Amino acid sequence: MTGAAPARARRRFRLGPVERRNLRWGLFFISPWLFGFFALSIFPILYTFYLSLTRYSGIRDPVFIGLANYQRVTTDPLFWKSAYNTLYYTLLAVPVGVVVAMLLAIAMNQKVREVHVYRAILYLPSILPIFAISLIFIYMLNPAYGLVNGLLHLAGLPSPNWLGDPAWSKISLVMIAQLGAGQWALVFLAGLRGIPIELYESAEIDGAGPWTKFRRITLPLMTPVILYDIIIGLSLGLQIFTQVFILTGGGGGRGGGAGPDNSLLTYVFYLYKQAFQFGQMGYAAALSAIMFVISLILAGAVFRWARGWVFYQAEEA
Amino acid sequence: MATTEITGPAVATAGEPSRRRTRAILTRSVLPRIVLILGCVVFLLPFYFMVVSALKSTQEATQAPPTFFPHSWAWGNFEAAVSFIPFGLYAFNSVAITVGATIGAVLSNTMIAYGFARIRWPGRNVVFYICLATIFLPYPVVLVALFDIFGRLPSFGLQGAQHWVDTFLPLIVPTFFGNPLYIFLMRQFMLGIPRDLSDAARVDGASELQTFWHVMLPLTKPAVVVVAILAAVASWNEFLLPLLYLQSQDKYPLAVGLAFFTQEHDVAYNLLMAASTLIVLPIIIMFVLFQRFFIEGITVGGVKG
Repeated sequence: MTGAAPARARRRFRLGPVERRNLRWGLFFISPWLFGFFALSIFPILYTFYLSLTRYSGIRDPVFIGLANYQRVTTDPLFWKSAYNTLYYTLLAVPVGVVVAMLLAIAMNQKVREVHVYRAILYLPSILPIFAISLIFIYMLNPAYGLVNGLLHLAGLPSPNWLGDPAWSKISLVMIAQLGAGQWALVFLAGLRGIPIELYESAEIDGAGPWTKFRRITLPLMTPVILYDIIIGLSLGLQIFTQVFILTGGGGGRGGGAGPDNSLLTYVFYLYKQAFQFGQMGYAAALSAIMFVISLILAGAVFRWARGWVFYQAEEA
Repeated sequence: MATTEITGPAVATAGEPSRRRTRAILTRSVLPRIVLILGCVVFLLPFYFMVVSALKSTQEATQAPPTFFPHSWAWGNFEAAVSFIPFGLYAFNSVAITVGATIGAVLSNTMIAYGFARIRWPGRNVVFYICLATIFLPYPVVLVALFDIFGRLPSFGLQGAQHWVDTFLPLIVPTFFGNPLYIFLMRQFMLGIPRDLSDAARVDGASELQTFWHVMLPLTKPAVVVVAILAAVASWNEFLLPLLYLQSQDKYPLAVGLAFFTQEHDVAYNLLMAASTLIVLPIIIMFVLFQRFFIEGITVGGVKG
């Protein structure tokens, strides 16, 4: 009794009745998220780490095998192949995506009155389902009767066997990904419109040409938006799955592989195969755990790297 | 060039201005249009090819080089596409999942955003940043664990299954726990609504729930529409989750149903394109109807792709 009274008094001193009431209501309103956070994020992450230490087929109980799954990873050629494919794709798709989106955004930011037409057309493909777009591209990229090679042939250019050639299959993925550039172009456009016009005017008085203006004003002021694109692009790039699943015909069924020479075997595709085609849930959990750690490291690295080039107005002004 | 440094373009010497102006017109309105029109053509080409191929005969669809315009209009392809897979059933499943997920997203995210935007409680900002940070948690990381968890949760015979796996539950129920992106979008909108309005309600003795329901919700309608549209499109387009959680063919949504069918049978390209056209169409219609809301949601929420 003697200990409880001052403790309660102290708590009451820290939180007044209004604050306590607000805390109760605040927690009440966010309770769905709180529950989801623990049940659908925190607990599954912990559970993933536990499963990664077991041999588990999904049917019988998991058997604890220590770090054996992680040892297996180091000598698994398909693990390295899938990690390589995913990094290759991501490191190519992200910068290409930034350049395409920036180019479209700058074009839309000029004296173009009918900009809303372009805006709508460029944005539309980014909300269409990627599985349907992939189905279209199986046909578009068909070496014999696809449209892409038909056009290249008309132009007298060589016609690669896009999805059938390991040297071109990932390039095909990067190309398909550009159909989503429209929404980033709109994000960039919003950023461009936020740059004060006086900056350009004073640069013009100083005799700056378009390139200098872009290099000295537009690019530095756009770096926060570019960083945002890079982070989301990296995160989504590492997760790429649906496209390769469709383009390779599911990697199961008839084909069995993941594109020529497994060149379309991405990390999540491999994880999916291990878990749901080979019944290796424990090993797949280890792959998940590794992905979690890599994501954390990558996010940290990008933020660190960004400190060197992302421009924050407050510093200079 | 030397004169411009002192006087600027407005008072440049004769002869200079006209050349300058043509250059300005070229860079400010001709060049951008070339880039944009070219971009639009490239972006529309796949969908043009899809629709045109959907109308070609089987023979013409496998002709090299491909034709840009069908010789004869094979409207029957759409009918064939609808009958070669249980299109009606798959479409019904897609709609059921989408409606469920949209309701979940609207209910949960408005409520959660209200808690983050309109009530000042200790620790709110820290919790909000944690919420935002979960945007960067890649879903595949929890894939195996969640599958196992949903495989153990009892569903009491719903949809003829004993556990959540092979029911719509894993696709719908999680949307009732909020999505950090939609929470952020909705919170931004709610922060912009004057405090006086909800304060007045409180002074009149309204409870927090009444303020939320009778004052905030009507004012938040535009943001609710944005979230509803984004959630509906995301659910309609989702591929990985139904692929994992649904095992009986009669529960497939269009995405998975069509993908599996094309893998198991040799489907002619023209029929495949006809089916794809039908799947893409609802989204294009939604986009035409609600374009403003899509564009509004994009600068904040446009990161799902």
